[in-house]
Amino acid sequence: MSNHAVKQADSAINEMYSHDLPRTPVDAEFLASQEGKIKVSMIGLCGCWGCTLSVLDMDERLLGLLDKVTILRSSLTDIKRIPERCVVGFVEGGVANEENIETLEHFRENCDILISVGACAIWGGVPAMRNQESLSDCLAEAYIGSPTVVLGVIPIIPDHPDIPKLTTKVYPCHDVVKMDYFIPGCPPDGDAILKVLDDLVNGRPVNLPTSINRYD
Amino acid sequence: MKKIHEILENHNSDRTRLMDILWDIQNQWGYIPDEILPEMADKLGLTELDIRETYSFYHFFLGKPPAKHQIYLSDTVIARMHGYQAVYDALEQETGCIFGEKDVTDTFGLKTTSCIGLSDQEPAMLIGKEVFTRLTPEKISQIISRLKRGDSPADIVNPDGVASDTLAYINTMVESGIRSKGAVFFQNKTDFKALLNQVINTRPEVIINTVSESGLRGRGGAGFSTGLKWRLCSDNDENTRFVICNADEGEPGTFKDRVLLMESPKEVIFGMITTGHAIGAQEGIIYLRSEYYYLKDYLEKQLADFRAEGLLGKCIGGKPDFNFDVRIQMGAGAYICGDETALIESMEGKRGTPRVKPPYPVNMGYLGKPTSVNNVESFVAVTRIMEEGALWFKAMGTAESTGTRLLSISGDCDAPGIYEIEWGVTLNEVLKKAGAKDAWAVQVSGPSGDCVSVKKDGNRAIALEDLSCNGSFMVFNRSRDLLAIVKHFMQFFVNESCGICVPCRSGNVDLLKKISRVIENKACQKDIDEVVAWGKLVRKTSRCGLGGTSPKPILTTLEKFPEIYQEKLVKQIGPLLPSFDLIESQRGYLEAVATLNNRSTCS
Amino acid sequence: MMIQLKIDGKNINARKGEPLVDVALKNDIYIPTLCYTTGQACLGTCRVCSVKVDGVVTAACTVPVAHGMDVEVNEPEVTDMRKALVESLFAEGTHNCPSCEKSGRCDLQAVGYEVGMMVSRFEYRFTPRRRDYASDKILLERDRCIFCQRCVDFVRDEETGQKIFSISGRGANSRIEINAEFANKMTAEQVTRAVNLCPVGTIVEKGVGFNDPIGKRKFEIKSVRERALEGGPK
Repeated sequence: MSNHAVKQADSAINEMYSHDLPRTPVDAEFLASQEGKIKVSMIGLCGCWGCTLSVLDMDERLLGLLDKVTILRSSLTDIKRIPERCVVGFVEGGVANEENIETLEHFRENCDILISVGACAIWGGVPAMRNQESLSDCLAEAYIGSPTVVLGVIPIIPDHPDIPKLTTKVYPCHDVVKMDYFIPGCPPDGDAILKVLDDLVNGRPVNLPTSINRYD
Repeated sequence: MKKIHEILENHNSDRTRLMDILWDIQNQWGYIPDEILPEMADKLGLTELDIRETYSFYHFFLGKPPAKHQIYLSDTVIARMHGYQAVYDALEQETGCIFGEKDVTDTFGLKTTSCIGLSDQEPAMLIGKEVFTRLTPEKISQIISRLKRGDSPADIVNPDGVASDTLAYINTMVESGIRSKGAVFFQNKTDFKALLNQVINTRPEVIINTVSESGLRGRGGAGFSTGLKWRLCSDNDENTRFVICNADEGEPGTFKDRVLLMESPKEVIFGMITTGHAIGAQEGIIYLRSEYYYLKDYLEKQLADFRAEGLLGKCIGGKPDFNFDVRIQMGAGAYICGDETALIESMEGKRGTPRVKPPYPVNMGYLGKPTSVNNVESFVAVTRIMEEGALWFKAMGTAESTGTRLLSISGDCDAPGIYEIEWGVTLNEVLKKAGAKDAWAVQVSGPSGDCVSVKKDGNRAIALEDLSCNGSFMVFNRSRDLLAIVKHFMQFFVNESCGICVPCRSGNVDLLKKISRVIENKACQKDIDEVVAWGKLVRKTSRCGLGGTSPKPILTTLEKFPEIYQEKLVKQIGPLLPSFDLIESQRGYLEAVATLNNRSTCS
Repeated sequence: MMIQLKIDGKNINARKGEPLVDVALKNDIYIPTLCYTTGQACLGTCRVCSVKVDGVVTAACTVPVAHGMDVEVNEPEVTDMRKALVESLFAEGTHNCPSCEKSGRCDLQAVGYEVGMMVSRFEYRFTPRRRDYASDKILLERDRCIFCQRCVDFVRDEETGQKIFSISGRGANSRIEINAEFANKMTAEQVTRAVNLCPVGTIVEKGVGFNDPIGKRKFEIKSVRERALEGGPK
């Protein structure tokens, strides 16, 4: 149960969390075949997906990892919902709008461990550059004072219940929910991601050596 | 109107006297005009940015023209217990201006300032060099109307035109508030000429031994042995040495030095003369906080009196090789300048940032020379020890804390003011003396000291062995919001941090955020654990005593009043952290829609 | 005069009065520093070199060694304090490593790796700070400033000996100022020296993006620890 007020359906507006919207269910046979493996789900909040792509940079070592790990919800597998409780939630991107908050809450509720992967999840990253300005100023520059506004009409900023509203500031994930581990980088090297996942999967204390820790 | 080059020549274009030069400039123009900076820089051998580097550090130096009447309202926890908010609102209403700005006619400017040493008569405010105490909205109304009519602040406080170099002038504005006397202070029976004769005919080593034997320890707060400090100072090859009187008294709740300067200025100066003789110094300087500017003319008169009587100047008391004189150096609004090395930096015309130690001032101080920096009260004690002897002093107090000391008591008590106590009295005895019924908590030694519980600590002794006190003694009854008081203290440290070192500059801001989080019901046990760990970090790694003590309001209240924190803690429900402010995260967009989406014209 | 002291249990011979940071380096013990430069006056502003001397936490650069000192560098409490101070800096300023010209040759970043910082334990602040573009060759990126004061104390106009950088304000509102007139007189070599002196990417040369390709940057070739131990005082 999250701290959000649950949006009530009414005759005019029908609101749901994005993760409750219906989608094609995951193939049951596939799920059964993955029993015994450590379940991992991945998500990009306000991120560029670079950290997710960086997972692929571990190249052939991904195969060894996948002997022990199964990736469920992710853009790599194109599984669009968390079908079962996961051990690890791999989160890239910071929290920049209300949908990010809901998704992050959903991941926190359905994963034992959450990892902030990459600069955006860890401290806000590039999107957080707007934190030094007011949200109103940013929106005014983008929608009101933009060189491409349509002439003859009064420009407005988006204000529709279906469009997630930007949060006052961009927040690191750990400001919103408890995060358990952090892999810095923009994006982190495939080696760094592998090292952390490998430690977790093999029950070792997570340790990212200085030689592969990078902030850029 | 003096020209800038005249002002500079008055100070020999000496860049170390930049503070004095800046005051002369501001006293004439009301601020430091950009236009004069090139000539200043040229004559002083500095750059314009160097001059800005110094003046931008101090609260009272202004880089832009002020209003005709620049008003500084003292914002302290004590003022807030005595109607501060009503006075604040009245000021804004009567002047038509809001705090931080000037009114449209440039007549009034409103700012707040840290404690100005008038805790027993707050709320209080400074307008120019004059100070107004015991403020109420009615008094504000009267004062502002008179100022609007063209009266000056001096007209209001001093309608009879009493000369500014008299105690009577000072008494038009502030009270001494001496409530309880003891054996050492405010005796006013010293025969200075005779005592001088005695002192200068005693060898310096004997003077130092006497002060050491008396057990006198610095009355400013650090409690360093005065005799030892003098000994270390004399133990130098350098021939030029300095005596400095630390009259910066910035610790909120402390006003005992102000009263000593009002009622016993000559004893203070005499103490400096004695020190000069003991350590072989020829020059003494009183570093006076600018919030006490109204004492300056009076103090200059005391110095002039001594010079006329041959107690200051050349060949003092007839001794051909003892020259000693004292000048007054004004501060300009920086609590950190109460730290001895920061004070020395300020005296050298620089920002008040504490120095790296070693070297210590006793070896390398003012202008690189051996310097003894002592507190106002310490100098008076020295004078009395010269009069009555070391054993007399040592017989009072406790083993580690000999003699007596002054407490400046304020807050929830019948009779706030100055109390002389013998070291070793208990907290309860002090509270009884001051008429503090129902006292619940006491802030001993100001924000940099300890918040103690009357119930748990009532029987503790005020002494260096147990509960040390630098004079500041603020009493709170059960009706007071201790968390709000702690937050106020943290904000004070954030405002006053010099900013030179990471833990204090950054850590204090984080601690302030934590206490705010507790007050806003957004904190959980983890926040308390973190505040303890971060407090330890700031205390241990900071460069000076400010960072060394700034976490103490939080840490000592956590220790003595854990319940006020516990009752505010929240348990996390659901995945969102309690510290995450969901409403705040939504506010930005709502504001944007409200301001940007309801316009009737194209941009 | 030679004296003996202990560092992490090791008996060390040293010249009395030498800064503890240098004595440690000579004996293969690296203490991270940000504001300290061997051979220059001690600034004592960053406190990142905090160690325990006879049980008391002190900044190692401010300690002239004396006989019988018992120094602990790799003691858990003070090791975490050094890490916390580095984390303080990352939260206080706005340190966008991915877009910074100094990344890869930045002392703060290198020391961050060295102490093993993953994320700052303090709340990231994103305080708005103004950049200074006034001078011709130098861009002052105040977002990244750690107020070490190296530029204020050690960069001088060669002709007049005056300061080129100064500090204004107080406390958390402090900021570094640049004297554009003097800055414009600086030669290319002097500008490079100032850029290298700044331990972060605050003093940045206009028109210069990135010096070296990723993989070949200063601290990728050799870590800050290796460089200090090799290049330190002999």
